[in-house]
Amino acid sequence: MSLVAHDEITGISSGPDFSRAVPEWFANEQRKAWSEFERLPAPSRMDQPWRFSNVKLLDLSSFKRSESVGQQTRTEILERSRALGEVAGRLVFAGEELIQREVFSEKLRQRGVIFQPLEQAMVEHSELFRKHFMAHPATLGSARFAALHKALVSSGTFLYVPRGVEIDLPIEIFHWLHGDNAAVFPHLLLVADELAKVTVIESFQSFDKEAPGFACGVNDLIAGPGAKITYVCAQTWGENVRALQINTTTVDHDGGAMSLNLHLGARYSRFESLSRMVGEGARSDLLAVSIADGEQEFDARTLQDHISPHTTSDLLYKNALDGRARSIFGGLIRVEPHAHFTDAYQKVRNLLLSDDAEADSMPGLEILADNVRCTHGATSGQINADELFYLRARGISVPVAQRLIVGGFLNEVVQRLDHQAIAGRLHDLIEHKFARNH
Amino acid sequence: MSTETKAVDIDRNKGDFSYDVAHTYDAGIGLTENTIHYISDVKEDPDWVREFRLKGLKTFLEKPMPTHWASKDLEAINFDKIRYYLSGGVQPKRSWEDVPEDVKRTFERLGIPEQERKFLAGVEAQFDSEAVYSNIKKAVGEQGVIFVGSTEGLKNHPEIFRKWFGKVIPIGDNKFSALNSAVFSGGSFIYVPPGVKVKHPLQAYFRINAENFGQFERTLIICDEGSELTYMEGCTAPKFNTATLHSAVVELVALKGAKIQYITVQNWSANVFNLVTKRGLAHEDAEVKWIDCNIGSRLTMKYPGVIMKGRKARGEVLSIALANDGQHQDTGAKMVHAADETTSNIISKSISIGTGRATYRGLVQVPKHLKNCKNNTECDALLINATSRTDTYPAITVRGTGNSVQHEASVSQVSAEQIFYMQQRGLTEAQAMSLSVNGFVNDLVRQFPMEYSVELKRLIELEMEGSVG
Repeated sequence: MSLVAHDEITGISSGPDFSRAVPEWFANEQRKAWSEFERLPAPSRMDQPWRFSNVKLLDLSSFKRSESVGQQTRTEILERSRALGEVAGRLVFAGEELIQREVFSEKLRQRGVIFQPLEQAMVEHSELFRKHFMAHPATLGSARFAALHKALVSSGTFLYVPRGVEIDLPIEIFHWLHGDNAAVFPHLLLVADELAKVTVIESFQSFDKEAPGFACGVNDLIAGPGAKITYVCAQTWGENVRALQINTTTVDHDGGAMSLNLHLGARYSRFESLSRMVGEGARSDLLAVSIADGEQEFDARTLQDHISPHTTSDLLYKNALDGRARSIFGGLIRVEPHAHFTDAYQKVRNLLLSDDAEADSMPGLEILADNVRCTHGATSGQINADELFYLRARGISVPVAQRLIVGGFLNEVVQRLDHQAIAGRLHDLIEHKFARNH
Repeated sequence: MSTETKAVDIDRNKGDFSYDVAHTYDAGIGLTENTIHYISDVKEDPDWVREFRLKGLKTFLEKPMPTHWASKDLEAINFDKIRYYLSGGVQPKRSWEDVPEDVKRTFERLGIPEQERKFLAGVEAQFDSEAVYSNIKKAVGEQGVIFVGSTEGLKNHPEIFRKWFGKVIPIGDNKFSALNSAVFSGGSFIYVPPGVKVKHPLQAYFRINAENFGQFERTLIICDEGSELTYMEGCTAPKFNTATLHSAVVELVALKGAKIQYITVQNWSANVFNLVTKRGLAHEDAEVKWIDCNIGSRLTMKYPGVIMKGRKARGEVLSIALANDGQHQDTGAKMVHAADETTSNIISKSISIGTGRATYRGLVQVPKHLKNCKNNTECDALLINATSRTDTYPAITVRGTGNSVQHEASVSQVSAEQIFYMQQRGLTEAQAMSLSVNGFVNDLVRQFPMEYSVELKRLIELEMEGSVG
């Protein structure tokens, strides 16, 4: 790709936009990030972190910044921005614009929960913001896109849960792409202080299913000592969207983070997930479900970084691939020196449903401590003929039987969440994708 | 650990140790076109071989070091200070008294015959295996088997070897295959006629004398339809090499229904960079099996591969790596499925001791529209000390609905309970550890020929000494 010279593109290539009010120090960081973005070379397939990836699809020259939405679109977006029945709070972004903010009970606010757009947080809570915002460099290949994100970050959420506060109901965040060739740069900065507990579900959607678009998002999830974070992402971008998502999760001692990423949309979707277990007893669960068809390409890169002893991580990624779709998994478990008593797991399973589907798996281990238990596995296969026969013998048609088997295959991942309402929502989205194809 | 390893890495500046250049061919130090012409002249290469070498040199100089994925340690190789060609018979002189006690003890423990010890220690230039070699050569020659060195093979039997030479591993496959293509000498060229099953394993060992174990040996084995061959190279005793770079190319061709088994036991001394390209081509119903055992060297990079070109071809890699202090064993396997119903199996076991690092790097490819291909990969790593390191980097590409691929890897430590149990029964910690490690590799070692497996077990015991406590 080439994010060519300035004048060739009117859109995102013009750099940071300071018409939005941001503090001077942040504006400076954005300028620095922009020159970093311009300095770093575009990814090439020869780079190990981009091996197998179709980097040609990352030509950003046609994309421009989002425009503001009209009243009718706004109403429609708001109507469609409902994922769960009961929630503790909701933010809805259309392009770069925050169009709705529904906040939870007064009680939570009194206890110090902060739930606001990023721009507000950098002014009102600059200390917390500066401590955690993109505090770790993107190490899985997308340093260039992380810099782009920082320079242009627009629709961001800051969520802070103070010590000991448990929010029972989930919090919903929606990001909408609308208009042709629009670009968005969504961000989530989630800090759960000591012993806090929170669940967030983020939805990425396109208003117009066929409009080309570009999304470059970054998430920072920070679980303090003993804190529990559950994060769910439902990615259903339109079929012509190119998307990059760079997530960093940091878990302190006895804390836990569970994340589930559902990838259904986009022409090309790259997902980088760095999990850092920095305190003893930290645990991170990394789950993902992808269903790809047509020409879709899903590229997932993960690093489970065990920095402290007595930490656990468990990764389970499942892909169902139809049409000419392609999935790439590049994962690494890294056990740093002295991170003894690590328990780390990594499992990737690909179900190939057509002759042109392709799965590339690169499950990796780097172990620098000896008292550890680490295993990984990767499998690629197809629907078991016996299972299909069994269902057909009971009068179930082949397409339905296939759907049931694929559903069952993917369900194992969703079940791990142990959250009925969210599982229900994810099943609906999966069903919807199947229904479209058959 | 480990006095053993340190001892192997003897100080080569001491003692009466020099090259005797008076009456030998020596291409000098460094690599230019003149070096290539010199080698070709000495070997009286046919013109096409000379051109092949020159092309190899050009490719070698053009290709960058693969350090974007491989160990940065490669940068420590100084290509200008290497002797690329020394003719047979030239060996460093050293007296038996100079050989360190530890090494002598190692030979003792391994039960190496007196005569071989001297050769291995670099004391004697010649190991008298000529008799064995000519007997074997005669025996297999009666069956029509051609078993010669690379120079002789290309010169005297071009009608057989030219067709496949440089075809399984092209010059430009990687930087080091290009280097080998430029300066190769030594190695074995073998042709087995249709239907011939060679009873005894052929060994590179037999040919030590005929042409010295080169730094840049080139081996090409062709098994014609329905024939079978087992080939062994290396030996389990530590081998002292004054050359710091060893870069071989081994090509195997198994025609329809043929079976080749290639066994390597690599135990170079701890200053050697061992960068080897090995690949087999399996036609219909043929089988290529690599048994690869890496114990020595400073850095080994070796990923034996099989291209399964014909229907029902089979490929297998069994690999054991032992990385001790200061060593990096970067080994693995490549399996390319290029026809229906092909099956491949990779089993890799590695043990990291002290600051040793063992890496598994693998590639499995099942391209378009193939049916009923199967791959199974298992990698197990054992870490002995807190400073030991192990990595696994597989890459698996699967297309279509007719195939199944599975990869599994695990990393573990010797169980404290097992050690405790054995200690209770009167074993020392070291004995218990070594027993555990031998148990870990046992199911692989059992597949080795008898004499190799016995020596290998003893060697593991030796390497394990002093690694605990």
